Amino acid sequence: MASARSEALRQAKALDGAPEHHVEGLVDHSMMRAVYVYEAPVRLWHWVTVVAMIFLFATGYLIGKPLPAVGGEASDHYVMGYIRMIHFIAGYVFAIAFVGRVYWWIVGNTWAKELFAPAIFSGKFWGGFFHQVKWYLFLTKEPRSYVAHNPLATLAMFLMFGLVGLFMIFTGFALYSEGLGQGSWADRMFGWVIPLLGQSQDVHTYHRLGMWIMLLFAMIHIYMAFREDILSKQSIVSTMVNGYRYFKD
Amino acid sequence: MADTFYDVMRRQGITRRSFLKFCSLTATSLGLGPAFVPKIVHAMETKPRTPVVWLHGLECTCCTEAFIRSAHPLVSDVVLSMISLDYDDTIMAAAGYQAEEILEQTIEKYDGQFVLACEGNPPLNEDGMYCFQGGIPYLEKLRHMADHAGAIIAWGSCASWGCVQAAKPNPTRATPIHKVLNKPVIKVPGCPPIPEVMTGVVTYLLTFGMPELDRQGRPKMFYSQRIHDKCYRRPHFDAGQFVEKFDDEGARKGYCLYKVGCKGPTTYNACSTTRWNEAVSFPIGSGHGCIGCSEDAFWDKGSFYDRVTDVQPGIESTADRVGGTLAAVTGAAIAAHAAVSAIKRARDTKGAHTEKGGA
Repeated sequence: MASARSEALRQAKALDGAPEHHVEGLVDHSMMRAVYVYEAPVRLWHWVTVVAMIFLFATGYLIGKPLPAVGGEASDHYVMGYIRMIHFIAGYVFAIAFVGRVYWWIVGNTWAKELFAPAIFSGKFWGGFFHQVKWYLFLTKEPRSYVAHNPLATLAMFLMFGLVGLFMIFTGFALYSEGLGQGSWADRMFGWVIPLLGQSQDVHTYHRLGMWIMLLFAMIHIYMAFREDILSKQSIVSTMVNGYRYFKD
Repeated sequence: MADTFYDVMRRQGITRRSFLKFCSLTATSLGLGPAFVPKIVHAMETKPRTPVVWLHGLECTCCTEAFIRSAHPLVSDVVLSMISLDYDDTIMAAAGYQAEEILEQTIEKYDGQFVLACEGNPPLNEDGMYCFQGGIPYLEKLRHMADHAGAIIAWGSCASWGCVQAAKPNPTRATPIHKVLNKPVIKVPGCPPIPEVMTGVVTYLLTFGMPELDRQGRPKMFYSQRIHDKCYRRPHFDAGQFVEKFDDEGARKGYCLYKVGCKGPTTYNACSTTRWNEAVSFPIGSGHGCIGCSEDAFWDKGSFYDRVTDVQPGIESTADRVGGTLAAVTGAAIAAHAAVSAIKRARDTKGAHTEKGGA
C-alpha cells in the first residue's frame, strides 16, 4: 500500500505542471494515478479560511444576538468588546486570505484558476454540469472524474463562496468603517457600500443573510466533499491536505 | 443696503453682550475652536441678512415645532424673525394671496441669494394632487422656488428621505426633495431634527456658506457619527450588559438597550451629544432605544424593538429566521441525501458482488 502511494506520488510529480488537456475535462485514468492539484498556497488559504469562518460565524451570530447580560460593574467586563474584536480580526484574516487567493488565481496552476472563472460559455462545461446534477439525483450510476472541481462544484464555489465572500468582505468592512469613523481608510474604501444598499441597518441585515448563505455553503461543501470521497472514483478530502488527487481505478 | 444680522438683532433689543454669547455658543455647537468666534461675529456684523423661505409639503410640522423650541432662545428669535419677515405659512401673519405674493417678491429682490428651507416632501401620484397649495401642486411651487434659491435645506426625514408618508406602500408617492430637484440639497434628517442642529445649520449657512456634507448630503458636523459612538450607555454594550426586556433588573441599572432593538448603532445623528430640550435628555437617556428616525426608510425596517430586523420585501421575517430555516432544511436534505446514497451504494455493491459471483 505504502509503496503504491509513493509510486503514485512519483508519477504525479513527473506530471506536475501538467499538459493542457487536463484542464477542462475527463482524465485518462490509464495514464495517471495521481495529480498534484492544490498547491501549498491554495491549501493554506483553504484552511486559514476555514478557521476564520468558524470564528466569524460564531462571533457574528453573537454580535446580532448577544449572550445573556453579565452582571456587576461595566468596567469589570469586556464580553461584547472581545467578541467584536475576534470578529474583526477574523474578518481581516478572511479578507487578506481572499486577496492572497485572488493573487494565486493569477500566478497559480491551471486548477487554481477554475474557482474564479467557471467556463460558463463552453458546452462541455454545461454537459458536465447536468451530468453532475443527474449523479446527485441518483439518475446516473457512473460519476465522472475531474482533476479539480466538477462543473457544478465550480459554479457553486464561484457563486456561493466567491461572490458571497466578496459581498461579505465589502459589507463587513463598510460596517467596520462606521466604527473607525468618517475619513478613515475603511470609510474611503468601503463607505460607499452603505448608501448603495440603503442605510446602515440594511447593510447589517444583508451581512447577516450573507452569513447564513456562507453557512449553507459550508454545510453542503463538507457533505459533498465526504460523499464524493466515498462514492466517486477520486480522492477529495485528503487532496486539500496533501495537494494530490488520487484516482481509484 | 440691506440690514446685517447684527442690525436685526439689535433692533430686537438684544444686547451686544448677548450677541457675543450667541456667537461663541454657535461656534461651540458647530465644533469650531475659539478662533472662529470673531469670524462669526464679523460675519454677523457685516454680511447682509439673507432671507429664508420656509416651505411646507407633506409633513406634520414637527420640524417647525422643534425649531421654535431651540434651546438657545436667541437663536430661534433671530432666525425666526428673519424667516417670519419672508415666508413660512405656518407662523407668518399674512395669508392667502398676500402670502403667496411674498414668494414672488423674494425671488425679485433676492434671486439666487435666499435660502430655501423645505419641510415635508412633494407627492407625485395623481399629478401631485395630494398636496395642493395656492392653486398649484406643491411640486411646482417647490421647483419654482428652488430654481431661484441660493441654497436648499431639507428639514427632517420627510424632505430628506420620505419618512412616514413614503413608508410602504407609499400611496401618494411622496418623494424626498433631492429626487425632484437638480440642485444640491443639505439634508438635516430626523423626525424631527434636533432644534440646535437646525439653528446651527442655518447659522453656518448664513455666515460661512455651504457646510461640508457627507456622502448622503448631511452636514458632517452633526451627522458624521452614530448615536452609538457617543452613547453614555456604550460601556455597558462593550461589557455585554444588556436590558433583556423592559422593566428588568438591567433596565433599572441603565444597561445597554441593544437587545430591545435600539437603533443607535445604525443611526447617524447628534442626539447623544447635544440631547434634547435644553440638553435634558434623549430617548436612550429615558430608557427607550433609539428608533433611528434620522435614517432612510426607518418605518420600513420592521419592529422598533428588534435588533435583527425584517428582510424586505415580503413576509415579515428576519435574516435569522430565513437563514435558520434554510440551514435546517439543508441539514435535513443532506441527511436524506446521505441516507439514500448509502442505501444505493450498499445495493450497488451487493449487485456488483452478485454479478461477480455469477460470472
